[in-house]
Amino acid sequence: MTKHEKLSKKSSNIDAPFHVTGRTKYVDDMPELQGTLFVKIFPSPVAHGQIIRLDYSKALQMPGVVAVLSEKDIPGENELGGIVKDEPMLAEQEVHFEGQPILLVIAETEDIAHHALSLIEIDIEAHPVTTDPIIAHQQGDLLHKSRTFSIGNTQEAFAKCKHVFEGTAESGGQEHVYLEPQGAYSIPQDKGGITIYSSTQGPTAVQRTVARILDMPMSQIEVDVNRIGGGFGGKEDQASPWAAMAALATYHLRKPVKLILERKEDLKMTGKRHPYKSRYKIGLDEDLNILAYEATFFQNGGAAADLSPPVLGRTLFHSTNSYDIPNVDATAHCCKTNIVPNTAFRGFGGPQGMFVIESAIHYAARQIGVTPIEIQAKNLLKENAVFPYGQIVKGCEARQCWSEAVEKYQVAALQKEVDDFNQQHAYQKKGFALMPVCFGISFTNTPMNNARALVHIYSDGSVGVNTGAVEMGQGVNTKMVQIAAQMFGLPQQRIQLNNTNTTRVANTSPSAASATADLNGKALQDAGRQLTERLHDFIRQDLNLNKNERISFKNEQVYVNEKASALSWEELIQKALAQRINLSAKGHYATPVIHFDRNKEKGHPFAYHVYGTAILTCTVDCIRGIYEFDKVQIVHDFGASMNREIDLGQIEGGLVQGMGWMTLEEIIYNEKGLLKSNSLATYKIPDIYAAPKTIDVHFLNTDTDNEAILKSKAVGEPPLMYGIGAYFAICNAVLAFNPKAKIDYVAPMTTERVLMGLYGL
Amino acid sequence: MTEFILNNTHIKTSEPAGMALLDFIRKKRHLTGMKLVCKEGECGACTVLVGNEQGDKIVYQSMTSCIMPLANAQGKHIVTIEGLNMDKLTPVQEAMVATNGTQCGFCTPGFVVSLTGALLSGQSISESYILENIDGNICRCTGYKSIERAAKSIYESLNGSTKMSIADLVQQGYIPAYFEDILSRLNKIPQPATIAESANMRVGGGTDLYVQKPYKMYAADVLPLYDNPALKTIEIIDNQCIFGASMTMGDLYRSELFNQALPHSEYVFKLLSSTQIRNMATIGGNLINASPIGDFTIWLLSLDSEIVLNNKGSRRTLQLKYFYLDYKKMDLQPGEILEQIRFDIPPANAHVHFEKVSQRKYLDIAGVNSGSWIELAADNTITTIHLSAGGVGPIPMYLHKTCGYLQGKVMNEATLEAAIEVLNDEVSPISDARGSAQYKRLLLRQLFLAHFLQIDPEIFQLQKLIKM
Repeated sequence: MTKHEKLSKKSSNIDAPFHVTGRTKYVDDMPELQGTLFVKIFPSPVAHGQIIRLDYSKALQMPGVVAVLSEKDIPGENELGGIVKDEPMLAEQEVHFEGQPILLVIAETEDIAHHALSLIEIDIEAHPVTTDPIIAHQQGDLLHKSRTFSIGNTQEAFAKCKHVFEGTAESGGQEHVYLEPQGAYSIPQDKGGITIYSSTQGPTAVQRTVARILDMPMSQIEVDVNRIGGGFGGKEDQASPWAAMAALATYHLRKPVKLILERKEDLKMTGKRHPYKSRYKIGLDEDLNILAYEATFFQNGGAAADLSPPVLGRTLFHSTNSYDIPNVDATAHCCKTNIVPNTAFRGFGGPQGMFVIESAIHYAARQIGVTPIEIQAKNLLKENAVFPYGQIVKGCEARQCWSEAVEKYQVAALQKEVDDFNQQHAYQKKGFALMPVCFGISFTNTPMNNARALVHIYSDGSVGVNTGAVEMGQGVNTKMVQIAAQMFGLPQQRIQLNNTNTTRVANTSPSAASATADLNGKALQDAGRQLTERLHDFIRQDLNLNKNERISFKNEQVYVNEKASALSWEELIQKALAQRINLSAKGHYATPVIHFDRNKEKGHPFAYHVYGTAILTCTVDCIRGIYEFDKVQIVHDFGASMNREIDLGQIEGGLVQGMGWMTLEEIIYNEKGLLKSNSLATYKIPDIYAAPKTIDVHFLNTDTDNEAILKSKAVGEPPLMYGIGAYFAICNAVLAFNPKAKIDYVAPMTTERVLMGLYGL
Repeated sequence: MTEFILNNTHIKTSEPAGMALLDFIRKKRHLTGMKLVCKEGECGACTVLVGNEQGDKIVYQSMTSCIMPLANAQGKHIVTIEGLNMDKLTPVQEAMVATNGTQCGFCTPGFVVSLTGALLSGQSISESYILENIDGNICRCTGYKSIERAAKSIYESLNGSTKMSIADLVQQGYIPAYFEDILSRLNKIPQPATIAESANMRVGGGTDLYVQKPYKMYAADVLPLYDNPALKTIEIIDNQCIFGASMTMGDLYRSELFNQALPHSEYVFKLLSSTQIRNMATIGGNLINASPIGDFTIWLLSLDSEIVLNNKGSRRTLQLKYFYLDYKKMDLQPGEILEQIRFDIPPANAHVHFEKVSQRKYLDIAGVNSGSWIELAADNTITTIHLSAGGVGPIPMYLHKTCGYLQGKVMNEATLEAAIEVLNDEVSPISDARGSAQYKRLLLRQLFLAHFLQIDPEIFQLQKLIKM
């Protein structure tokens, strides 16, 4: 990159002015076409059973009701499953979870459709309900085959260990609470096709599902996404059913049809982060080196596979977090239960795996009588170590992040400050924990690591950019515009980023796995490179330049040998078009290097890893069992951040979301498999006061060669896992009040668990 | 007919009075800036400002329009994000852009409205006050830090002014010029004719009814009590604080008289839901809702309050502690309306205290809450005691037995230990989404002790309660 082409790293979010004025359009904000109809879903009231009788004749007679559709009205395959075909869109004879869609009521207004639901009569013969993954495993109810990652020989290693501990750990589910609920608006087109405006992270997934349900070619299904109001993984695969339901109604009625879930419907009908129950065995030598680690993960997948198998995979990939452990056996089971099929959620199984190793270390430290910090520090990854899945550790920043955090934020002084405080306060105790994170970047399903971009330069010199990236708040729009502006030396205002649309960019991977900016940005660079080359060739001819003369674009001007020429960008474009030069280009990118052998469970699945360390400090009120986070201090490996404001926002937001998962967000199913935390009144995500009082983020700039876009490392998911430290910080404060507190390593650490822990119950 | 001003537009509508204001705004007026997220007043994405005449001024309060009856907009100025927009971004909008206070953007208009509301509320403005005004706005993306930075920068943009008039705010570009004429325009809206008493659904702020049965409310023939002037009074007579049932939590929070009656109560109000909900929730609604966990109800029980019930002019007075009979059953006759609440102002040496613990400290429903009024003689003899507790039985409880036990005893560790036994017998918590029965018992014990630890931190050694 020359000085002239240097990227402007200070670019505020290009969407922000539209957000703050409320002018941004989400699906439900689109002007409704005349004759638009509305769908309401009739869901299963029970978690498991056989439908004995279903009568919707009264609903159909209600004025304003246009149709009631059942599985029999599906012209194609009644199937949502992308990986395993085990999930009908509309229930046939059996229901497998509360909220499972059975019928669709289509009416002239949402209100009418809602009232019609109460006229539907159903008798269901109840079947036994399982909500516990370990019981499901015992019963042999698995959604997919179990997987094991192994390295070294744990048996031999345990025999050499001075300390061996076994234990269990459990982490709860987590509801995404993307503020924009799931929804879609489906519109019939005159050539027989259907256009769907969907709130999805995966436009292609929606397109594929709709085509399958309707038995139509994908080419006739256009999916368009302007942006979405939060996704966090919840709209990676699970945006598809709502779009397909709306499209099914459009298919039958040839009308525009809208389906927006109400919050309570969304909470009940959509999958969440997988709860896990796990067992571990950890072995350390005299010097606290972890020699061996065994873990068995029971993933609560819910009633259908959805994305559970790859989520399970990432649990294994991250089962040793940021530690170098030479002997590992990690097995994971994908268990089928009678709750809503769980799905992707920021971290994608990684956090669940990391919680277990951190629990094992915390438990071991307590038993040995050292701090967890000593064990963590001792075992951090080193360059050229080998991950249990065979990838060699390269560009390792684990120790640098840790030691910078320890020095910069003075952990020794913090320890003293906390100890002194605890000495002086009988009923308030502080605790802190360090949380190192190592997270692999790439879809673990190697074929998904590709993207395309389509760039048009228009005759006035403005540029239209199309990629497969969906903006959901992560700032990918801004990053794409930054890249395009840099390539053409244009101000950002000359770049238009278009809606993500399957007719312009096809066969896309979802915006997920933290890799969206990397994949789409590099595809965009490929398109830009083609256009730049064509323009450079043209300029050489036009200005009679030889091959050694350097051409660049800057400030809407053509530069030759770093000097402004007389040729402006706009003139150049007009001249090039007059010479019939193609000023549209399609770019493609497929991540090199990566590969993985599923039979051996070995390979090189990640383009690179992201590292960091967080220090979380809390104060527990030992009278009431409530807590506050005083501060969180982070050293994070950004590579060379291409947009510090946006990347900082990802760190802060991911951290708080992870802390929410570990502390106050509690998904509760009763013994009948019914969701009790079924509204935002009972399911609590962090509010402004629940966030830590201060968050300090230190940017570790690393320039290791990596596959990140402009060496600006992926930043979406890794910070969520800093939140895991919140659990252990609270544990440490509780232990300061009651050294014998029974810590059961069950997250979330709710106020209930804190108070029970403080008083030994 | 409901008549009001929506942004700069005069509205006269015959849409059902029970319709949620947000539905009217989005579906009937096609203003889509405010978002529907939760339909429970839990997230603030639908926040609007509600301007009301107050003396010769207009002051604005933020409210969640998803659970606000259209009827309650009558005669008011309703402001959505569209009503704040001008050609240029306002300083509030600028601050949110500059600090990257917006990511996915879905919560953002609500935040902008709430932040602007802080400046229009007629209250003294500080940085913490601006932050307090977004205590009812939830964001899932940012972790709030960037929004806090925006609030700070908004405060700094005021250059030290703590009170801003409408004219000041217009002049400095915080709000559009049309705000200056709103007061005179509102004055021209006639008072609505008295609504038929036959209406079948009495509604205060709607903050619970619209959460429990939204669709029923949309169609209901509602009798709005929220703005009934006869129920909107507060006075102190003969050392009694007397206020109308339609006073909102926000009204009392801001009331000088209430503050005179119960000084240092700010911490209690902050524990009661959010700014938006406090501006909507009436005390009468809280009491009549009869939730076993109603915060304000529990507080009023510990103040040994009385209520006045009015049946078409015939009134009776009842001690609140005898009002609740069983789960959601009250000593309330058909036709009776809760009109007034009154309590004796505790003497200066009384210890009056409120405790609440919930999963999330703020903007959450309590697991257990508890109020106390304790007076001690010089030798620590308990001369007066009122204790209440919520979440530990089918009704909001006045703890008759525990109070009876403690009355006349000397406050010391042995007394409290014995009282805990009585307390345990008196309550019957159940397990639900707010916690297990065992936890609620434990928590109640802790909150009970907290009342006394508040008086004397040495009175009880908590460590001895740890089970080994």
